[in-house]
Amino acid sequence: MLRLIAQRLGLGLITLWAASILIFVGTEILPGDLASAILQNSATPESLAEMRSELGLDRPAIVRYGEWLGNAARGDLGHSLASKRDVVEELSPRLKNTVFLAAYAAIIAVPLAVALGLMAAIWQGGVYDRLVNFVTLLTISVPEYLVGYILIKYLSVQMGWFPSLANVTPETPTLDRIYLTFLPVMTLVLVVVAHMMRMTRASVLNIMASPYIEMAFLKGLPKWRVVVRHAFPNALAPIINVIALNLAYLIVGVVVVEAVFVYPGLGQLMVDAVSKHDVPVVQACGLVFAAAFILLNMIADILAILSNPRLRHPR
Amino acid sequence: MRLLGHRLTIPALIGLIIIALNVIAALGAPLIAPFDQADVVGDAWGDPDPQHILGLDNLGRDLFSRLIYGARMSIGLSFVITCLSFFIGVVTGFTAAVMRGWVDLGLSRLVDLLLSMPTLIFAFIILSVLGTDLPVLIITIAILDSVKVFRLARALAMNIAAMEYVEVARVRGEGLWWVITKEILPNAMAPLIAEFGLRFSFAFLFIAALSFLGLGVQPPDADWGSMVRDYRDMINLDSLAPLYPAGAIAILTIGVNFVVDWMLSIHSRSHGEGA
Repeated sequence: MLRLIAQRLGLGLITLWAASILIFVGTEILPGDLASAILQNSATPESLAEMRSELGLDRPAIVRYGEWLGNAARGDLGHSLASKRDVVEELSPRLKNTVFLAAYAAIIAVPLAVALGLMAAIWQGGVYDRLVNFVTLLTISVPEYLVGYILIKYLSVQMGWFPSLANVTPETPTLDRIYLTFLPVMTLVLVVVAHMMRMTRASVLNIMASPYIEMAFLKGLPKWRVVVRHAFPNALAPIINVIALNLAYLIVGVVVVEAVFVYPGLGQLMVDAVSKHDVPVVQACGLVFAAAFILLNMIADILAILSNPRLRHPR
Repeated sequence: MRLLGHRLTIPALIGLIIIALNVIAALGAPLIAPFDQADVVGDAWGDPDPQHILGLDNLGRDLFSRLIYGARMSIGLSFVITCLSFFIGVVTGFTAAVMRGWVDLGLSRLVDLLLSMPTLIFAFIILSVLGTDLPVLIITIAILDSVKVFRLARALAMNIAAMEYVEVARVRGEGLWWVITKEILPNAMAPLIAEFGLRFSFAFLFIAALSFLGLGVQPPDADWGSMVRDYRDMINLDSLAPLYPAGAIAILTIGVNFVVDWMLSIHSRSHGEGA
């Protein structure tokens, strides 16, 4: 089993390396180069050449990639072109905020989705089950900002229960944070829960077709017990996979939700940097997002191995 | 009611009606909209009245007319993107499945590489350098999206390419293009059409999200996503303005998903689900 896990870790590292190449190619080798992007219309051939040598763009790409990767591995992500500040300094408080938001949403969404999915599996074919199907279709179609603005309109503007802007600062105490970020978290939960729930239901129902489930029924066990004790543990691997995929999706959903609630997170930082052509910041944010995405997928793989007794105790 | 020889379900019918209304609005915008999208017809944020049924926007333009013109941009753009991404994805996917060997290996690894990062983040990286002109947006999103089409097309074509009639065509000496267009494509059509709907709604939501973030369609052009962005501050004054374009996005996506669901249930193939 350790070998399998080591393989996954290695694969994760290789994927991260591949992502770093993509980020680098995307920002520095594509035709419209950085210097002309920064100078925009004011570019003259001389100022372009000057900007290129200032940014080091006159050196071969492979050398610049090696330097960038080496520095990034040592925790030096360069300086922002817009604010001239150290990228790591600018990034870390934002990253903390985003992780807080995503983790808060995950803590609510995952248990909720699994419980609701199991209920749908137990009452398969009933009114509740059909309702679940319908709501899932709705939530995969409805964009985050619509959910967010509806919540703002009714819970914040009309009822006045929650603030419409989640403006937290590093000094905000945790309890206030939980309150201030309640609406963005609810938006994320509403967007991801239905999909996770439907997949939980599908995985459990898939297992319900096996002979040992029939045996459990023939023993005279009640349905909820069959679902919870016999089907659920065996459906765990696909469920974990779906949860991880949805959490990876959460990372992307976070970008839009942060914009709706003007929350000072990593997504906002990246969007600002993209519109200002602030490439070092874009590269750094891209690297962090890619790493989070790859990490979640890797954790899912490893948990799936751990949840399978045959892989846990190989002969 | 029946369509293509299959019974229409109620959600599918609702979906088709929603799509038809949207297409009519997009195509006939100048005929349907009471005002031009750029005309200032009153004060900013004027209240709804019989002439301006949804009220006026931040510059005093008729919101309802803007919404109808926005359909043109949103739907037209997503349609072009989806067609392009399908063309790229299907041609490369089929080629990989027919040629096998290093072509398949190379393309598949390239696709794995592109999938190592969330699409939105990758799009940000490219747009940060290339800017947000319409052609850049179209090509970037189409290429990123074609990766998912490639996977489906390759899987479908793998099965079909193993059939005797494809072998017959090859023995007959037909070229790659013939095999792809005359042998494989007609037999992969049904799942591909359902996938087209899925990819359309993906492109549609994606471009709207980019516009909402200010990185998609730029003024003076406007799509539904950028309209949500323009009107968002009004939500704090208890106005519904940003909810109209956002709702329009949701309704069309729901309609497309209803129809896709119906198609998938006919062919009872689960390809592309959740993709």
